[in-house]
Amino acid sequence: MYIKYKRPVAITQWASVVGKKESCGPLSGKFDEECADDYFGQTTWEKAETELQTRCIGHLLHKKGIDRKDVEFITGGDLCNQITSTAYTMRAVGAPFMGLYNACSTMAEGMIAAACMVDGGYASNAVALASSHFCTAERQFRTPLDYGGKRTPTAQWTVTGCGCVMFERFGKGPFITAAQLGRVVDLGVKDANNMGAAMAPAATETLKRFLYASGTECRDYDAIYTGDLGRVGSELFFQLLQNEKINIENHTDCGCVIFDKSQNVQSGASGCGCGASVLAADILPRFESGDYRNILFIATGALMSPATTMQGESIPCIAHLVNIKNKEEAHKK
Amino acid sequence: MNYLWAFTVGGAICVAGQLLIDLTKLTPARILVIFVVSGVVLSAVGIWDKVVDFAGAGATVPIIGFGHTLAKGVEEAVAQDGFTGIFTGGLTACSCGVCASLIAGFIAAVFTRSKSQS
Amino acid sequence: MRTNKKQYDRMVKNTSPRSRVLRNCVWAFLVGGSFCLTGEVLINAYRAAAFTLGDARLLASVTLVAISAVLTAVGWYGRLAKRAGAGTLVPITGFANAVVSPAIEFRSEGLITGVACKMFIIAGPVIVYGTLSSVVYGVILFVKGRYGL
Repeated sequence: MYIKYKRPVAITQWASVVGKKESCGPLSGKFDEECADDYFGQTTWEKAETELQTRCIGHLLHKKGIDRKDVEFITGGDLCNQITSTAYTMRAVGAPFMGLYNACSTMAEGMIAAACMVDGGYASNAVALASSHFCTAERQFRTPLDYGGKRTPTAQWTVTGCGCVMFERFGKGPFITAAQLGRVVDLGVKDANNMGAAMAPAATETLKRFLYASGTECRDYDAIYTGDLGRVGSELFFQLLQNEKINIENHTDCGCVIFDKSQNVQSGASGCGCGASVLAADILPRFESGDYRNILFIATGALMSPATTMQGESIPCIAHLVNIKNKEEAHKK
Repeated sequence: MNYLWAFTVGGAICVAGQLLIDLTKLTPARILVIFVVSGVVLSAVGIWDKVVDFAGAGATVPIIGFGHTLAKGVEEAVAQDGFTGIFTGGLTACSCGVCASLIAGFIAAVFTRSKSQS
Repeated sequence: MRTNKKQYDRMVKNTSPRSRVLRNCVWAFLVGGSFCLTGEVLINAYRAAAFTLGDARLLASVTLVAISAVLTAVGWYGRLAKRAGAGTLVPITGFANAVVSPAIEFRSEGLITGVACKMFIIAGPVIVYGTLSSVVYGVILFVKGRYGL
């Protein structure tokens, strides 16, 4: 579904918090907070992820200079069962909350929803948030943390991180002007250790439909970001687009920029927090510095569970896309 | 000399496991089940006794050795107790390793907490 | 989409990097072999302390389990396993790691509903199928002995 917002919706503030491994990566220093303790001072990993989100929202509100009571609408999610990390965060925030789960595509999904609320006039401000925590994801989707296992070369490392953005009717930008709500795509990949390969077709499908609906080409954008395809997924994304006769030269994957190769992360990074924290720490600030005028952010999600994996099902995937522009581009007729 | 054989045979069994991981789609859990069941079978047909004789710990420490222990246990128990030995033999023989792991697990759980990785 | 499942399966196979089999096998051999060598040393040590061969083997296993539990508890076993693969999986130390790691992990869900319920979540299949195959073997032995087949 192609969404063209009636008026550009301003992204007026953003924040990101990450864990230890992320703080040792190439984006070190760009996040609002880099915590050396993956427990974030808590006693369980689930509480840690809630604390991670709470701190991230705290940074957002502090930078924006408003109180949590002033937030009119907030949406978001995480990778825990029943998105409990987010629910517990919202218990303390107290703002009207819409919980979302679309695995690692949650950030773009939340941005689309939050921008709709503002564009429709239902809220004067809206926040979208997404997080993931390596330890909650690992114990839920894979094995206990202390279990000795070798990761396959296609495996991806779940980011411990959270990103959130605030939308308002007016602001100096950047702006979200259009979006593409993805469809579930499944090209039969069953290997839960090769999620990039599973998700690449969904990203291809969403990008193709968006380009068609908006009448644009890849080269019209300064950059096209995907959320967490990793190195294997990015290569497949490129090949799939070639099969569709779409040429892409300005693609970057958030899963390939948050860690460097020496950090032993195989195919790259993954998780809702990957795209969300890179967006808030690296992509949006580049609008302020003038590097970017017009970009696409495509977050991809693999919608399986440990049960469906054990039942031998293939992995259904989804990708949501948002188009972010600077003030000049956004108001161009 | 038996140290060398323990090292070589034990290492070779692990290499067999590694090849199963790398070259097939078998998950580690399945590979361990295959190994323990083959341990019982190889002992039943009398092969593993010979391997244990010259490789010692090289044949008993890998999980195949766990199968070997089960098979030896059931052999003894059936010879001694007859019918009930079918039920008691295996678990009795492997109880030492399982119980030690259980105790270790409990103690570790009480005194440590799970750690993040990097 | 112009790419169908069959074509995509081929693309995924061609694009996904393969495991570095030789390097993995060398690691598995060295680490796995070392655990077995340690076992042999322990067996001889216990025998020197006047235990029977059977008891020495059992005690060696218990000692290896204890070593693995300590390595797991301080987080070194997992780190070693990242390189050693089957070298840490196949020896009895891997079995102990498979019991100890969920016990630690699920401590947050309580001593009974967490630790105790989840302790054998990974190692359980080894006990189940090992015991089942020993029972099958026991039945064969029993029938053979009783009816002289």
